Amino acid sequence: MSCTEPLRLSAAPKAGVRGPHERRFNPYDHNGGTVLAVAGTNFAIVAGDTRMSSGFNILSRNQSKLLQLTATTVLATGGFRGDVSTLQKLLKAKLVEYEHKHGEPMKVHAIAQMLANTLYGRRFFPYYTWNILSGMDENGVGCVYSYDPVGNYERVRVNVTGSGEPLIQPLLDNQFERQHQQLASKPPPLSVGQDLAEATAIVKDAFYSAGERDIYTGDTMEVCVITKDGVKLESFELNVD
Amino acid sequence: MLPSSAPLHEALGLGGFNFDNTRRNQVLGAQGVAAPRVKKTGTTIVGVVYKDGVVLGADTRATEGETVCDKNCEKIHYIADNIWCCGAGTSADTEATTQLVSSQIELHRLATGKAPRTITALTMLKRKLFQYQGNISAALVLGGFDCNGPSLYTVYPHGSTDSLPYVTMGSGSLAAMAVFEAEYKDAMSVEEAKALVQAAIMSGINNDLGSGGSVDMLVINKDGNTVLRNVVRPNERKFRKAGGYSFPKGTAKVLTQTFTPLSSLPIDVTTTRSPAAMEVG
Repeated sequence: MSCTEPLRLSAAPKAGVRGPHERRFNPYDHNGGTVLAVAGTNFAIVAGDTRMSSGFNILSRNQSKLLQLTATTVLATGGFRGDVSTLQKLLKAKLVEYEHKHGEPMKVHAIAQMLANTLYGRRFFPYYTWNILSGMDENGVGCVYSYDPVGNYERVRVNVTGSGEPLIQPLLDNQFERQHQQLASKPPPLSVGQDLAEATAIVKDAFYSAGERDIYTGDTMEVCVITKDGVKLESFELNVD
Repeated sequence: MLPSSAPLHEALGLGGFNFDNTRRNQVLGAQGVAAPRVKKTGTTIVGVVYKDGVVLGADTRATEGETVCDKNCEKIHYIADNIWCCGAGTSADTEATTQLVSSQIELHRLATGKAPRTITALTMLKRKLFQYQGNISAALVLGGFDCNGPSLYTVYPHGSTDSLPYVTMGSGSLAAMAVFEAEYKDAMSVEEAKALVQAAIMSGINNDLGSGGSVDMLVINKDGNTVLRNVVRPNERKFRKAGGYSFPKGTAKVLTQTFTPLSSLPIDVTTTRSPAAMEVG
């Protein structure tokens, strides 16, 4: 370098000159898969596939994305598995703490708010997770809460998130929300109009269709049916390719 | 005299690619306009030499990013009756490159009156790919049977080639090669070779997310070729909602209606061509 160069006080690097080399580490991965939930008049359905992948590799064919939190609440989580596991562990601890303190399990709307707070607490280094919380509300109506990774949440009738979302969302909008159906009756205010059998059939169809076209959705689908009596889990074989 | 409007290479009849928009697309790229996504065959493709010939194999999935855009495409391309080529990479590139070589090989066969040789197709392919410095993204498995017996090659996008008794290519190449390394034997029977190729492709279909669908195979030997399309279909849909989805008439509301009888439209008689004008010679 020439010694006649004038001394610069500005911190900005000279145009065209590279700054000091910076090493970077990306702490996140995306492990794919799809989760979905539907709130019925007296039931709720939560479903997820069990494929865990990274890039073009399958890391596991049998990694559940569903976690039962209380007798009638289930949390479905997609995204980065490391953060999913950490978040699940944290929530389980908080639920035990709550039950010891209050002598009763947390209600679903309280869990919903707590999850939002937990996620927002990591606003600037988020848990890389997409959550759907589902259970029965105090009136015995099925309920579904949808989240973004930093804790924005909302009670909805039906929600899907993950790699199959772009494929499944339009089907849910049309079948459950009755969008673009001029003649159909609108769904009830807090739930979908379908009965358990019909809603389950649509949910299964959605996963089988997503499995055909989304490379990250497949292997097995788990379906949790929540009623006032508790949670029933069923599994179905999806495509393995 | 050349027409001034035509690009020079077209006017001279040189053919080849058109690079007119290269600079414009660089400028658009710098402004953040994303290049269009092309159809890729994520792909597992393989080949094996056996006692009397070669067996080629391929999966049937074509992808656009994370979406499967064709569940049952054909990746084993025809070059000549005794030479076939599996393609991985950008679909358009594998298709165009093999078609071009197929055409040149056929003209060469007619000019020489001799059966084409695999090495000729190999040389044409590698020259083409090397000329374009890897920009033609075609990764190929070339197999054939000619006067020198069976031969099997891989061609990489930059134009390098290998000649080996068992080869794999594409994103599923590691999964398939694992099977070959474990099971390959010299001088196998045709049935052994077919079973091995099938197992290698199935390994790609099941373990590589870029590969999927069914198994296609092709046998080439001194008696010609046998196309084995969809020999295994392990990924048929297992569930469909009973009754499907039906929408009563009126689901989409009719806002306005107009009716124009065809007979009320004026007919331009002068543009109607007589049949005689279409005859040749």
